[in-house]
Amino acid sequence: MGSAVNQAAFFEWLCRVGDNCLILGHRVSEWCGHSPVLEEDIALANQALDLIGQTQFWLGLAAEVEGKGRSADQLAYLRDAAAFRNVLLVERPNGDFGHTLMRQFLFDAWHIELLRALEKSSDARVAEIAAKAVKEVAYHLERSADLVIRLGDGTEESRARMQKALDTLYPYTGELFMADASDEAVVAAGIAPAPASLKAAWDATVSQVLAEATLTHPGETYQHKGGRKGVHSEHLGFILAEMQFLQRAYPGATW
Amino acid sequence: MQRGEERPGIAEIRGWLSEVPDPEIPVISLTDLGIIRDVAWQGETLVVTVTPTYSGCPATGVINLDIEKALRDRGISDLRLERQLSPPWTTDWITAEGREKLRAYGIAPPIDGTAADGRLAGRIARLSGMSNLTIACPRCGSTQTRKVSQFGSTPCKASYVCNDCLEPFDYFKCI
Repeated sequence: MGSAVNQAAFFEWLCRVGDNCLILGHRVSEWCGHSPVLEEDIALANQALDLIGQTQFWLGLAAEVEGKGRSADQLAYLRDAAAFRNVLLVERPNGDFGHTLMRQFLFDAWHIELLRALEKSSDARVAEIAAKAVKEVAYHLERSADLVIRLGDGTEESRARMQKALDTLYPYTGELFMADASDEAVVAAGIAPAPASLKAAWDATVSQVLAEATLTHPGETYQHKGGRKGVHSEHLGFILAEMQFLQRAYPGATW
Repeated sequence: MQRGEERPGIAEIRGWLSEVPDPEIPVISLTDLGIIRDVAWQGETLVVTVTPTYSGCPATGVINLDIEKALRDRGISDLRLERQLSPPWTTDWITAEGREKLRAYGIAPPIDGTAADGRLAGRIARLSGMSNLTIACPRCGSTQTRKVSQFGSTPCKASYVCNDCLEPFDYFKCI
């Protein structure tokens, strides 16, 4: 199991999958206590919880594959920004509620395609995490798609905000489909799909929902990249400063 | 176990576990919830295999502690808990008895076969008609209910309200 694959490449890939869940989960959790209505506050917090739970599985496996005695917690709380492998999209600031939902939708539409493909992974550990997570992410996608449609095809104000969110965030989606040598190694081992192979299904979902939401698809735009290689925007540092504070200030603290 | 002492049988141990309440919905037990996937003796060690409901369910740690406590209180000291992710937990595994307990407690039980699949094509077409699951109000039994939010007080539940008796209630959604 996984013996044919370069373990460093496998670790790198697992960090990318896990860090996307971790950073987005943390971002979404920032809404707790601040949402426009109570039900949405609870929904966002629960979604963050799903993502953090999935992070524990992915980073737990990453730590196992790395084989240096680190735990999922240590990977989450004791790495510096340059060691994080999440895409830039998930570290984008929350903005308003519509902006957060648009980011979630663009991510969910990709996440579900990734997990569906990973259910067929040659690595049984990857396949079983994916089979678990895909059921949760199906609810995430249905919720974010519903709200993008409702807000896009809503009032003049909500539509304008959703279009602005889309135009701002779309240039951060291309990174989801990029590949480097680490990706090629896990693809060759049958562990994961080629990132580019998820693009057609993602495009179809996004186009369909944006049309339903009466929003204008931004089309081909410049695409930012760097997060998956550890080159992050300034926003990640602020996230980590908050997320890692306790373990940095009180190393090894438990309760 | 003490050497020479008779080991408790699996059925008896399962009986003990059926008395351990779920920490978040204490009217149903861990066996009602369907998360105890296996109970087996491996030599002198009792191995209890547990599957999580949701990946991030904060009750998971408490559940493990509760299982350990229940079994240690019955004299089982050589005990190991194992996590099993696959096959992933489904609400289909909630027992008939568990479903009735949920309803009596005020939580509408899951309707099998209605889990989200994330396939939006049919869903968008349905959205225009605003079709929804028919969830009966656990208080008055009316099926005139509406969904308020897909995520309720925990990830495993959605928020509904009854149009007839106005009761707000949780629906244990299908997964």
